[in-house]
Amino acid sequence: MGVAHPTEIGVEPGAAAAVSRLTVVPQRRYGIWIGTALALLLAFLIIRAFASNPAFAWGTAAGYLFHPSIMRGLGNTLMLTVIIMVLAIVVGTVIAIMRVSPSPVLRGFSGVYVWFFRGVPALIQLIFWFNLSLLVREISLSLPFLGTLFSVRTNDFMTPFFSAVVALSLCEAGYMAEIIRAGIKSVPSGQSEAASALGMPYRMILKRITLPQAMRFVLPPTGNEAINLLKMTSLVTFIAVDDLFYTAQSIYARTFETIPLLIVVAFWYLAVVSIMSVGQHFLERHFGRSDVRRDPLTMRALRNAFNLRGVAR
Amino acid sequence: MSDVKSENRARFGVPADSMVFARGVRKTYGQLEVLKGVDLDVPEGSVACIIGPSGSGKSTFLRCINHLEKLSGGILLVDSQFVGYDLRGDRLHEVKDDLLCQRRAEIGMLFQSFNLFSHMTVMENLIEAPTQVRRIPIEQAKTEAEVLLRRVGLADKVDRYPRELSGGQQQRVAIARAMAMKPKVLLFDEPTSALDPELVGEVLQVMRDLAESGMTMVVVTHEIGFAREIGDQLVFMDGGVIVERGAPREMIASPQSPRTREFLSRVL
Repeated sequence: MGVAHPTEIGVEPGAAAAVSRLTVVPQRRYGIWIGTALALLLAFLIIRAFASNPAFAWGTAAGYLFHPSIMRGLGNTLMLTVIIMVLAIVVGTVIAIMRVSPSPVLRGFSGVYVWFFRGVPALIQLIFWFNLSLLVREISLSLPFLGTLFSVRTNDFMTPFFSAVVALSLCEAGYMAEIIRAGIKSVPSGQSEAASALGMPYRMILKRITLPQAMRFVLPPTGNEAINLLKMTSLVTFIAVDDLFYTAQSIYARTFETIPLLIVVAFWYLAVVSIMSVGQHFLERHFGRSDVRRDPLTMRALRNAFNLRGVAR
Repeated sequence: MSDVKSENRARFGVPADSMVFARGVRKTYGQLEVLKGVDLDVPEGSVACIIGPSGSGKSTFLRCINHLEKLSGGILLVDSQFVGYDLRGDRLHEVKDDLLCQRRAEIGMLFQSFNLFSHMTVMENLIEAPTQVRRIPIEQAKTEAEVLLRRVGLADKVDRYPRELSGGQQQRVAIARAMAMKPKVLLFDEPTSALDPELVGEVLQVMRDLAESGMTMVVVTHEIGFAREIGDQLVFMDGGVIVERGAPREMIASPQSPRTREFLSRVL
């Protein structure tokens, strides 16, 4: 109280000049300069190796890029990815809901499901389902009094394509279940509490309040899963489903143009993954619209790289 | 319907104008007894304010009223009806979820942390329960929502998301959302405790307006001034029981129990 506070602060003219004469010298970051030089050198060496080695046979690769067999294989790979991902999301959501259910039996069942299907390698599951007929000869549905309703031989419907769909969707569902469960858990409990207080029943709360909010947390890892799955489908080559990799293999088995065809395969996987990343970005934007500050660094970089319009906020 | 009400009134001695009627309400979590027999009468159109130190059980009691917490003992009637049970003879049968939801929809609740649905705009928040639970046509629900938003002074925020609003605005939207279900009674669980001091006033003003319009309210609060001005009765809870109750002005001016006196001296 006793100290008198000045209402205005005067600056001496000489001091003001001294302040305006100051310049800032940026910090010298030698480590970054050295790192940059090394990265450039490495890039040069790699490009030179690729360009100068005739074994890459870029011309041959370009010739196979739109080969009809390759196109058919690419189509099958995409179809497998879409079907498996949709099934995995449906099954995964059900498992995730069981995982947060009040019933210990449902929680236990879903826990074991996740433990098993995430624990066993996908390739082994795939071959297992393909060989289901060794375990079960035929599948039939019999009811008391009505007799056998239908019966099919396992070998008739466990085609390579069908076993691939069953095996990989069950496997992928294990991963999706964990992602969706984490998403559900990330929604604050106050949200479902407020919905309860408004008279909304459990299923409605799940469908209208919890799951939509979980989407925001679920989408980024789901995008990664879809990209992983696209590449994982190349495993179906082992059970002779003619996907992208299988068709390329069958060509180079005849012509011995192994490297060019692997380049073709790699090119198409990279192309599809790039398109999926852009799609993922737009999906995330759609579900994140109530939370505009969320803008992952990678997405910002991607947006800048592709110079996407209409995304400025 | 009214048969059940008059039967309950005769059987338990519920006053004719009772909105909330609690007798011997107990709640235990395992070994821990949070409520040790709470009696309360809140007549229709009146405001009851509950104060007390944290951990005294006042929030738990509030959550028992709309059956967010199951009672461990005692009875709790809202508008002379059980919320989570049907009385048949001497047995209280837990009701099916859809019936519980129907009855809960008539009891509005406000939370300390507002709990607006963060993926919905203000308008979507307001029409969600009326259109989904009550199946009211969207257009009608929107018209009613606009009236309510004007009442809480936020008509210009219909298309905003909760995170774009201040805490005080969010709580006012939450009040409008609860009012959209045309509740018989509103429960407030420390509605201003999470707010910056300069935002408390706007929420209290909306609550004052509601009280004046004849809304029945049970308010758990730390705002002693609000309790004194608006409350018809003041209840002091400590250790899971009601220690003292009375008319707010007298009770605040001359508390009878030493525990009430000590608590009031700390918060005033």
